[in-house]
Formats: sequence, C-alpha cells, structure tokens
Amino acid sequence: MFLIAVFLYAPIITLIVLSFNKSKTRAKWGGFTLKWYGELFNNDAIMGALFNTLLIALIASVVSTLIGTIACISIMNLRKKTRSLVMGVTNIPMLNAEIVTGISLMLLFISFNFRFGLGTILLSHITFCIPYVILSVMPRMQQLDPHTYEAALDLGATPVYGYIKVVLPEIMPGVASGFLMAFTMSIDDFIITHFTKGAGVDTLSTKIYTEVKKGIKPEMYALSTIIFLTVLVLLLLVNYKPVDKPKTAAPKQAA
Amino acid sequence: MNSLQRNKKLLGTPYFIWCAFFIIIPLGMVFYYGLTDRNGSLTFENIAAITQPEHIKGLFLALGLSFLSTIICILLSYPLAMILSAMKVSTKSFVVFIFILPMWMNFLLRTMAWQTLLEKTGVINSVLTFLNLPVLKIINTPSAIVLGMVYNFLPFMVLPLYNCISKIDENVINAARDLGANSIKVFTRIILPLSVPGIISGITMVFIPALTTFVISKLLGGSKILLIGNIIEEEFTQASNWNLGSGLSIVLMIFIIISIIITNIFDKGGESNFL
Repeated sequence: MFLIAVFLYAPIITLIVLSFNKSKTRAKWGGFTLKWYGELFNNDAIMGALFNTLLIALIASVVSTLIGTIACISIMNLRKKTRSLVMGVTNIPMLNAEIVTGISLMLLFISFNFRFGLGTILLSHITFCIPYVILSVMPRMQQLDPHTYEAALDLGATPVYGYIKVVLPEIMPGVASGFLMAFTMSIDDFIITHFTKGAGVDTLSTKIYTEVKKGIKPEMYALSTIIFLTVLVLLLLVNYKPVDKPKTAAPKQAA
Repeated sequence: MNSLQRNKKLLGTPYFIWCAFFIIIPLGMVFYYGLTDRNGSLTFENIAAITQPEHIKGLFLALGLSFLSTIICILLSYPLAMILSAMKVSTKSFVVFIFILPMWMNFLLRTMAWQTLLEKTGVINSVLTFLNLPVLKIINTPSAIVLGMVYNFLPFMVLPLYNCISKIDENVINAARDLGANSIKVFTRIILPLSVPGIISGITMVFIPALTTFVISKLLGGSKILLIGNIIEEEFTQASNWNLGSGLSIVLMIFIIISIIITNIFDKGGESNFL
C-alpha cells in the first residue's frame, strides 16, 4: 500500500524538485532557486498554451454538458431499439482507441476543408466529452419519477418551466459530475489534440510533447507544480463538503 | 401528450446530428481511406500490410506489453481494493483521494518524470549506486514501457474494482462464514465472482488505452521500440500515408472489438456497463 503510494508519487515529487533546480538540465542538481516561477509568467508560449487549454476545456465542457443533458431527455423518450442504437454510438468515442478517434476526426477536418486551429480542437473535444456527460446524467434521468414532472404540467407549468423547476434539480448532481468529467478529460487530453490541432496552436499537453524532444523548459515544471498545488487545495476544500466524489473522480468510468 | 413526446425526441436532434457528423462520418472515412489506395480504388493492401514484419512486430509487442500491464494492474489493484473497502469511511476517502490526485498532473509530464528517475544516471540509479547495489538498466526497454503503462493506468483498475468490492453485501460474506467457509473459500467463491464486473470494466479501461498508446512507448521506450500506435501515428504525422495508417487503424479496431467481446463473454452476469 505504502509502496504503491510511493510509486504513484515518485514522478510528481521529481517534477516538484526539478522546478526548484537551478541547473537547466534534468540530470543534475544545481541548487535551490525560485527563478523559474518568475520566468514562467514572462514566458508567452507557455502562458498562451495554458490559456488555450483552459479556454478549450471551459467551452468544451459547457457545450458538451448542454448538448449531452438535452440529448438525455430525448434519449429517454426514444423507443427501445432506437435508444440502444443511440447509446451504442455514444459509446464509440469512449471505447475506441483515442488514436483512432483522433485520426478519424483529422481525416474529417481535412476532407471538409476545416481550418486547423482552436476551432477544430474544440469540436473534437466536445465530441469526446459528450459521452461522459450522457453517461453521468443518464442514470439520474432513469431514477427520476415521471409523475412529478407530469404533476407539474397538470398544475399548469409549461414543459420548459416544468423541466427547469422539477427535472433539473433532480438530475443536477449528474450534470455537475458530467461537467467536471468533461472538463478534466479535456484538460488532460493529448492524443486527440495532437491530431486535430493546427500548426502554431498549442495546448499545454502538445506543448510539453514538442518540448520533450528539445528538452523541457524548467518553467514547465514550475507551472505543473503550481497546477498540482492548486488542484490539491481545491480538492481538499471540496472534500470537506459532501460531494459525490468517486463519480467525479473516476473520469473514465462508465456510470 | 403525443406532440409533447415528439417534441422531446426532437430535443436530441443537435446531438444526433453531432454524432452522425463527428462520430460516424469520421469512422466511415477511416474505413474509406483504409480500403482504398492513393488513387481511390478499392484495395485490401493497407489491411494486409499488417503482415509486414515491422508492423506485425509492433502489433504483437503492443498486445504483449498491454496484456502484461493489465495483469500487473489486476494483481496490484485487487489487494489494494480489498484493503480500501475494509477501511473506515474517513481513511477511505483520504486514500481514494491519494489515488486520484496524481491524475490531475499532466500525464505527459508524469511519464517524462519517469525518464528522469530511470535514466542511467538518474535518481533511482544514483540511490542504488550509493547503496552499492547493481544499477537498473530498464530505460528504453520494453520493461520501462510496461512500468509506464502500469503507472498511468493503475487508478483506472483500482477505482472500478474498489467500487465493485465495496458494494458486496457484508451479510453474504458472513453467511458464507457461518456455513463453514474459510477465508480462501470466501474469497474464491464469494468475493471474486461478485467482483467480476469491476475486473471487466477495469480491464477495458486499462487494456485498450495500453494497447493503443504511442506516447508512453515514445517517452520511455526510446525511438527503437515501435508499438502499433507509434507506427500508425508516424504514418499520419510523418509519412503522410493516410491510407496505410487507416488500414492499420482498422486492424487495431478489430483487436479492440475482439477484446471487448472476450471481456463481455466473461461478464456473464450481464452487468456490463459497456455496449
């Protein structure tokens, strides 16, 4: 147990240590320094990539949560056969290899003459995020008592009002965990972005990947240390509230 | 009511169009490219290309390494999941937290850090030399790739297993004990069969990404070891032979489908979350 924890954290500690390393190479320890943290904020390339990553993750998760949640309402009302067909298609991006999803989207964008850039990355991210939203909203939808919604309609609510006031609060935990999953999947994605990004546009992952060949800049270690600590603090804060944690936490897990 | 039902169905239209355009058509294009040559005429050459020594080697190596990683993941995760589910609630959530936290660190960076750790003059070897132990030479070997796979995908095995084991009714286990089963028997006859759905979803979540990865092999395996994922990636980004790349992807998809079918056969309880 302890050994596995060491196994999981060894690389992370290495990265944190490297971010304080004065010498520019990974191989040797040149003394303690904080200068990479200062230089990080002056490094336009890294800050740009960070901005792209966050922007894409935010838009992709909002859009996929909207489309996915609305799609769930409709899937629930489909006949059984059509429904299993739709769910089967929904499962494709989750089960298929990311590399295949990536190249298939790349072929699509090329044949339809899309201009590669933020737009294509965004479209692909939405595509692979929607299934996670649907899979976390769907179980909530199924537990829902249809009579409460019907009662709302009988009491004079319009369908839309009924959904917002009655259904939405019930499925909210599912929607929220779907949103979080989509957000984390999008931030962490490399493979699909690798195939659908254009030249000159980088997210953090693709930036790191190109840097691996040339040698990673220490600023990157500094940034990842900051991100790690931010997430740590955020999670500790969230942990004090009763949140459906295992669900949001296991992004790849089919609900 | 009927028109309302129809309206509800219509709500899904954006998603259905999205599915058709971004899931089905792209897959169709992979098949189109995979089954045609550069001039657009029908051919099976790209699929048959898998039998070329270099490609078949990449495929078998990928299958072997990902199989091995999956087994190691199960062996490591199972005791861990059992320990976890036996813990008190407060410690439990803390340990789950410890497992999930690393997943938020960019996985490329984490894998890269293993390079630093494993290098000939890296951290681990410095410690080993200091202790007068023989040095490890696993960077740029298949073992390093397996290590990277296990490292990256372990949480995906632990979490479903843990979810599944913690749902097992305590009373069932106690009943088995009352009926005279010893610990080994309780494990083989009760816990193991009931945790099959967890093992299945764990395997799907570890085996397929491991089989198709090109990043881990590139970072930890050096440039000499090519897995099928690396070969496909190079066909697209460097060689620009999309037809061949698509053909090999089709082969890869066939293996994914086979592995899903095999795992579904074992999942007789029908509780599979997939498909």
